Amino acid sequence: MRVHLDSEKCQGHNRCYALAPELFDVDDYGQAVLLVDGDVPAELQEKARLAAANCPEFAIKVLED
Amino acid sequence: MTDTASRPERPGYVPPVFGDSPEGTHVWQRVPYDPADYGPVSDFTTDFDHADPAYNPVAPEVWKSLRDGGCPVAHSDRYGGMWVPITHDTVHEIAYDTEHFTSRAVVVSVGRPGDLALPAPIGGAPPITSDPPFHGVARRLLLPAFAPKVIEPWEPKVRELCVSLLDRMGDVTPGETVVDAAVQYAQHIPVSVIRQMLGFPEQDEELFRKFVHDTLERIAEEPGTREGMDDLGEYIFDQIQDHRENPRDDLTSYLMGVEIEGVEMNDDIVGGMIILLLIAGIDTTWSAIGSSLWHLAQHPEDHQRLLDDPEVMAFAVEEFLRAYAPVTMARLVAKDHDFHGCPMKQDDWVLLPFPAANRDPLKFEDADSFVVDRQENRHAAFGLGIHRCIGSNLARLELRVAVEEFVKRFPRYELAGDVRWSVGQIRGPRELPVRILDVAG
Repeated sequence: MRVHLDSEKCQGHNRCYALAPELFDVDDYGQAVLLVDGDVPAELQEKARLAAANCPEFAIKVLED
Repeated sequence: MTDTASRPERPGYVPPVFGDSPEGTHVWQRVPYDPADYGPVSDFTTDFDHADPAYNPVAPEVWKSLRDGGCPVAHSDRYGGMWVPITHDTVHEIAYDTEHFTSRAVVVSVGRPGDLALPAPIGGAPPITSDPPFHGVARRLLLPAFAPKVIEPWEPKVRELCVSLLDRMGDVTPGETVVDAAVQYAQHIPVSVIRQMLGFPEQDEELFRKFVHDTLERIAEEPGTREGMDDLGEYIFDQIQDHRENPRDDLTSYLMGVEIEGVEMNDDIVGGMIILLLIAGIDTTWSAIGSSLWHLAQHPEDHQRLLDDPEVMAFAVEEFLRAYAPVTMARLVAKDHDFHGCPMKQDDWVLLPFPAANRDPLKFEDADSFVVDRQENRHAAFGLGIHRCIGSNLARLELRVAVEEFVKRFPRYELAGDVRWSVGQIRGPRELPVRILDVAG
């Protein structure tokens, strides 16, 4: 599984950081930062799906293998 | 005009415009609308009025009936002309379109600011009343003060406040004692928190609630007659002066010290931002807390789930926000625009009912049902696009802690009388009598 964050779309709702802090951090302005370089380890895949399913701006995409 | 002598001379450098607005932008125009000519709403499709006292108590039913009737955008001649998109797609599209829709005014009233032909670099309460490009400049000044990691440390203070409000309710006899969860609890929480953040005196909390009422509920009164608005401006100015004389570590001092391109913001801009923080965070959050407690009073199964499984709270908070989103924003049409067949004219109002978008069955499964652990929840309670609520992290913290402490203290309670709902763009219970059925030992 790969996860993609569109920083242009992110408005800092902070849902991804709250639901999947292993995959997303936030910067000083509250904007999301992706912590993995795309590949999501098996144990975090459910969290990646959850982050994508809760982003109000549709800024996170999960690409299943 | 601002003194430009101290600004750096650089090729191609255009100093940001703040402090001085183009002539005419602060002129308040009366719109051709007299509420007395209209009376109560008979048909929300063609005569929508969110400030009809009958609207907020049943708003979700109004949206459903509009949707079922095949009306994605309602209209009204009130307020000089107003459009009301109610689907997620239409709300989303307008929130993203800053070319055709200006944020110069975000609360519908019988007055609207300024000549829309002129740019809106600042507005009265930046950045909520700003359009690009100034919006981005003003927003970046405020964002660090409300970033998740700055807000998280406030949790113990918020919890302490909630516990002390519950303690203040005095002795509780299960099955008999009735408390008002809005008046005695919800309304105090955001007021106290933002007052502490801004570093304003504790005894002024009652005053803030009056300011909020003047700004958001008395929208049908003549512009210039809402004396509370002048009082608010003077009050903020006095507080800025006090901080200048007695500097301290708080949000007000932070804003006074912020510089853009080496230039400090003037008192008008600092004051405008403080007005925004004071007004925007108070009855919005108190409405969200009140609506959540109102829901739990009628759904003991959801209440029990929160007690049995505290991990559900993270999802429940988002579901409260989705199902009972308190905030509807507004825009003005910046230039004539055909919006999916709706002939929108410059200066028309457009309501942005994010709460209606949150119940769109095309975007949410079982949209009108409350699902306490809803897993997929892209709700728009804090808005969409560049004006996403800057205080959302603080609001979430206050909502979560307020609900946690209330349900823990009172493991069972029920409605105990008539609920009085707010009037206008912020939706939530203003009086919420509940009978306590069980109290934590």
